[in-house]
Parts: sequence; structure tokens; C-alpha cells
Amino acid sequence: MLIIPCPHCGPRPENEFRYSGEAHVVRPADPETLDDAALAELLYMRSNPKGRHAERWRHIHGCGWFFNCIRDTVTDRIERTYPAGTAP
Amino acid sequence: MADPRRVHPLASHAATVTPSDAVCVAALPPATRLSLRTADAAAAGAALGFTLGTPICRAEAAGPRAALKLGPDEWLLLAPDGEAAALMGVAVAGSLVDVSHRSTAIEISGPFAVEALAAFVALDLDAAAFPVGMCSRTVFGKAEIVLWRTAAEVFRIEVWRSFAPYVWECLDESCREYW
Repeated sequence: MLIIPCPHCGPRPENEFRYSGEAHVVRPADPETLDDAALAELLYMRSNPKGRHAERWRHIHGCGWFFNCIRDTVTDRIERTYPAGTAP
Repeated sequence: MADPRRVHPLASHAATVTPSDAVCVAALPPATRLSLRTADAAAAGAALGFTLGTPICRAEAAGPRAALKLGPDEWLLLAPDGEAAALMGVAVAGSLVDVSHRSTAIEISGPFAVEALAAFVALDLDAAAFPVGMCSRTVFGKAEIVLWRTAAEVFRIEVWRSFAPYVWECLDESCREYW
């Protein structure tokens, strides 16, 4: 089982967490002005890298808070975690 | 006065307790439980009569009352049964919800309590990693629980009442090894 360090609670087993997609996806201030292609790009297209990836996780069976995590998608090694809303 | 129609969620299970020196499971009586979310812990604690200054994942027990800090701005407040109405009358900046009837409590105690819990809880329950006074929401098998180490060999499990028979029967299985 992976041990994921929650920025609030410390290291916890992975079954307390839910994955929540790529982090730092910036939502546009005026989404109504986007055309279909741009909207589809925003909603569905993700970087999906092989390697270092910034992603959102939620400690749903713990403190309940979202946070960000830098994880290697090849090795599953977690480089670090940091609170949601802060820069990587 | 308690409603005579009220049935303890583990009423039919508690009778099956196996007394043991190794590990003992007991259904605890009903209690008052409040879920508190607030940014101003000091003021809310003073108004409600709880100490909310503990770090995250730590519980502060004072007599029959206890405050379990489950998140950066979230507490589970425990008090004797029947105090919910009075506590809910207190004005608090934030959210205060009476969840007394949502959960029930199970106490597991004895020198093999850690081993019996570890069959279903993935947390590190070693005294160094999960000392007395530590509490946390976590996963027990397939049920979400709040686990609180009240003494070196005593744990209190707060579990949603519909999951209580499941947790009880899982513990029954894992304790059997030590009976």
C-alpha cells in the first residue's frame, strides 16, 4: 500500500485518499466566451505525462481536504505534497 | 427522557460479548455528538465549553466531554447523552450540527487490541505513530470510522450506525484469534 503524506495529517495509507485529476488546471474567468474546441480542450485534455506529474488528491477518509501532490507516474514515487492553492 | 422506542444499533450484538483478558469489544452507550466546523476555534470552544486548541488528529478529553480535531477546521465534540439540545442552543461562528444519532461507539481494549484492529485498519497503530490521545478518521475494512486511542490499550471507534454491525462482526472475527 502506498503511504501518502497529507499536508495536514502526515503520512497515511492510500485507502484514505481519492485521486482527483491533474493539478493547476487554470479555469478561464469568462468560460462563456470559449468556442466548443477551446472548451473541449479545457474540460477533457490533460497533459498525461509519463513521469513527474502534479495532481490533486483528497484525503476523503481523513481530514477531508484537497491537496496537491507531485508523483512520478512510472514509479509511483511521491516527490512531495503541498496544500491546495499553493504553487508547486 | 430518552425515547423508549430508541434502539441501540448494536443491541442484538452486545449480548454476544466474549469476556477476555487478551482483547475485549464493547458497545458504548448513546452519546451526544456534534460536528463543528469553524475558523475561530478559541471563541467556539469557550462558548461551548470545550478545549479546541489541540493540534490536528489529537483529542482533548475533559471529564465526560471530549473534542476530537479531525481536520484543520473540523472537530467532533462528544458529550454525555442528552446534552445535544443545550449545546445546539449556543451561538457559534461556523457550522454546528447535531450528529448524535448518526454514529455509535465501540470500545476495543486489551493487550491485543492493536493486533485485532490492524486486521482491518491500515494506519500505523504503533504507540510511537499513534500515541494515546491521537484520533483520526480512517477506513476500517469497507467502513469509514473515527478511531481514538483513549489509553495505551483502549481504542474508541465511532462508526455510522448502519455500519456498526459490520464493524462489530469484523472485530469479532479478528479478535477470535486471541480469545
